[in-house]
Amino acid sequence: MNGASCAAKISTQPFSLNPTSPTSHDNPLVSPKPTSLFLGSTRKLRLSSSSKLNLHRRSGTVVAVSDVVKQKKSKSTPSLLITKEEGLELYEDMILGRAFEDMCAQMYYRGKMFGFVHLYNGQEAVSTGFIKLLKQQDSVVSTYRDHVHALSKGVPARAVMSELFGKTTGCCRGQGGSMHMFSREHNLLGGFAFIGEGIPVATGAAFTSKYKREVLKEADCDHVTLAFFGDGTCNNGQFFECLNMAALWKLPIVFVVENNLWAIGMSHLRATSDPQIYKKGPAFGMPGIHVDGMDVLKVREVAKEAIGRARRGEGPTLVECETYRFRGHSLADPDELRDPGSHLNPFFSQVQKCHLIQCRAASLAAEKAHYAARDPITALKKYLIENSLASEADLKAIDKKIDEVVEDAVEFADESPVPSRSQLLENVFADPKGFGIGPDGRYRCEDPKFTEGTAHV
Amino acid sequence: MAATFHGVRATVAALSSSSSPSNSFGCKRLISSPSRSFSVRKRASFTVVRSDGSVNFDLNSKGRRAQQLIANAVATKADSSPASSSSKPGHELLLFEALREGLEEEMERDPRVCVMGEDIGHYGGSYKVTKGLATKFGDLRVLDTPIAENSFTGMGIGAAMTGLRPVVEGMNMGFLLLAFNQISNNCGMLHYTSGGQFTIPIVIRGPGGVGRQLGAEHSQRLESYLQSIPGIQMVACSTPYNAKGLMKAAIRSENPVILLEHVLLYNLKERIPDEDYICNLEEAEMVRPGEHVTILTYSRMRYHVMQAAKTLVNKGYDPEVIDIRSLKPFDLYTIGNSVKKTHRVLIVEECMRTGGIGASLTAAITENFNDYLDAPIMCLSSQDVPTPYAGTLEEWTIVQPAQIVTAVEQLCQ
Repeated sequence: MNGASCAAKISTQPFSLNPTSPTSHDNPLVSPKPTSLFLGSTRKLRLSSSSKLNLHRRSGTVVAVSDVVKQKKSKSTPSLLITKEEGLELYEDMILGRAFEDMCAQMYYRGKMFGFVHLYNGQEAVSTGFIKLLKQQDSVVSTYRDHVHALSKGVPARAVMSELFGKTTGCCRGQGGSMHMFSREHNLLGGFAFIGEGIPVATGAAFTSKYKREVLKEADCDHVTLAFFGDGTCNNGQFFECLNMAALWKLPIVFVVENNLWAIGMSHLRATSDPQIYKKGPAFGMPGIHVDGMDVLKVREVAKEAIGRARRGEGPTLVECETYRFRGHSLADPDELRDPGSHLNPFFSQVQKCHLIQCRAASLAAEKAHYAARDPITALKKYLIENSLASEADLKAIDKKIDEVVEDAVEFADESPVPSRSQLLENVFADPKGFGIGPDGRYRCEDPKFTEGTAHV
Repeated sequence: MAATFHGVRATVAALSSSSSPSNSFGCKRLISSPSRSFSVRKRASFTVVRSDGSVNFDLNSKGRRAQQLIANAVATKADSSPASSSSKPGHELLLFEALREGLEEEMERDPRVCVMGEDIGHYGGSYKVTKGLATKFGDLRVLDTPIAENSFTGMGIGAAMTGLRPVVEGMNMGFLLLAFNQISNNCGMLHYTSGGQFTIPIVIRGPGGVGRQLGAEHSQRLESYLQSIPGIQMVACSTPYNAKGLMKAAIRSENPVILLEHVLLYNLKERIPDEDYICNLEEAEMVRPGEHVTILTYSRMRYHVMQAAKTLVNKGYDPEVIDIRSLKPFDLYTIGNSVKKTHRVLIVEECMRTGGIGASLTAAITENFNDYLDAPIMCLSSQDVPTPYAGTLEEWTIVQPAQIVTAVEQLCQ
């Protein structure tokens, strides 16, 4: 298949509203095999790649740009995808993400942090692959699974851990918590706990970039915004509404789908009429790209292109990263639901059911084992060593350094003070006059009880 | 969604039946609030900045523009008095024009101020509040959005977080129920959850309230839903003067502000100063000083109250009427002073009774000024029913002047 030309076609015609868009070739209904209705499914991919049935995940001609990138690279330049420094930076960031989250689990079970804590284990290639390409002024909008995005963006582990401990030294002074990480300094715009609500905010940040350049005449403003969200979000209206607006106004934004196949306990296949999320990009006039989200180098190559497009003012890109979370939805999730039997949709045809029943053989353990075998950190490690970019010792040194960073973060968080009462009313309003005028004619915020946090509001 | 209704036509002769004399009555402001000379107070009733000290008449370009607009408006509103009073200071305009003037001045003053919403650009806004602004400021500063309330409101919030000062228009405030998540979670709470790192200097505004037979969905009384969101301020304008002043103050505020406009007040006419001024977002407005009873009201009900006040005065009562203007937070100073003087309180609101502004106001007065009350607080709210379409039913849903008269008579017995 001529992947290169096809992908090039997509990316050079992002705003074509041509009715014969590339997606029409991809219509599963015209695919030769009846079972191909679900050939595009992630489930099939898991089976095919593990059982070597050689079924293509992506039927038709829309092809992952990552493959193209690989082909291009291997043909044109025999050199490696990354330098040694880049490789070590990626490795360190991924190790930090993994070690930090493992420590979170420990601390949660030890009663040091509370609430819903969603860990990122397994998805590190996405955060690292994308965010490490950003400048400080670029913005990141995350979800409730946001610790590692914050770390990749440069928020110190101490500040994130301390926030999780609910301490005043946390990046949000203990007022945000696990699902609401923010850093103005690092342009991390949150931390959004409801599905999809971060996407409009990210679109707004991208609008600001355009506005600064075109209205405020800040010619050097080429800031890009990344919006991260999951497969479950892609059935939410805000996703579609913002794809439309971002493409309409050519905003500098990249929509990064972390498709980990599960929306808590809802299989992506049971929730989505067409599970190939990247195909929704061309429907809105923007390129849609699928990439192996377990391979940081592939993610990085695709990210480079998408971020570059945004920075050059060529508009938004939708990138679907196929990934997997190694843990339950949150630390409160016993993770009993990820059972392949639950994939069965009662509305599936007999043929489809027969096919899926085969899948039952693949147990939850098999699904997990399949992805565990593709652990993104192990893969990068292997690549670095095989290509002599790093030695075992180099990597061990990083592991050790990160262990110390995480230990230090815990110590710092543990020793930090809890917020004092005076903090309670401080950030309700940016201008505390918002608390209004009291019976004595003075602004209520001038009352000492307000600074003490004991006022009744 | 969003049946596009013809806003201007719907508001033509807005107050013709219920409050035709109200312009001469209700729009009179007490410029200086009575007995407020606390040395510690940092606020003033309003700020007047005289740019050059001279009063310009017909040569003033602003005045000329306003006259043109009035000429247009007069064409659609035959009953307004022509009163070519170019000799008086200030300029006369309609409420929607006052809003536009405030918006336009702030956009000229600060290039970060932008407007976004449905049909606000090329179409000029369903109630023409943004008419002409797209031509003047361009399509990016006056952004016509797709019909996606939750997303464009969220976009405004993202823009505010990153340095802009957006004004988001709900074509009808009721549509913003679709943006409730963004307004509540992100507009209201994000400053707090971010530990104070991000500010959201956004204004969310639009027409609301019970109009003329617009049906339940277009006749929403949203203030009760919005008032308990932490971190936002909410004001309701009621005259061209305070519409402009509150618009400008809301745009300049670092806090997210919801500015409620009433569909039936857009064609109110008033002479307002030529000079730059803003209103205080947190302050109530004394409409009519009196001795016998305190009537607290806001938005359109101000005119029902003033109509009732005429009758009451004829009957020998001297009611004090306060337009609370700030629905969140309440100006407890102005309200308190009045309660201490009259010892009787009547609240008149268009909001629903359950969980409404009146309920909150009653609680606040009871908590703070119970000792000064000689009678239980009375609250006239609209009925807890979806606003009916039929004219008669609609009328019975909201408070009418006769009820206000009866309530005052009862309170003052």
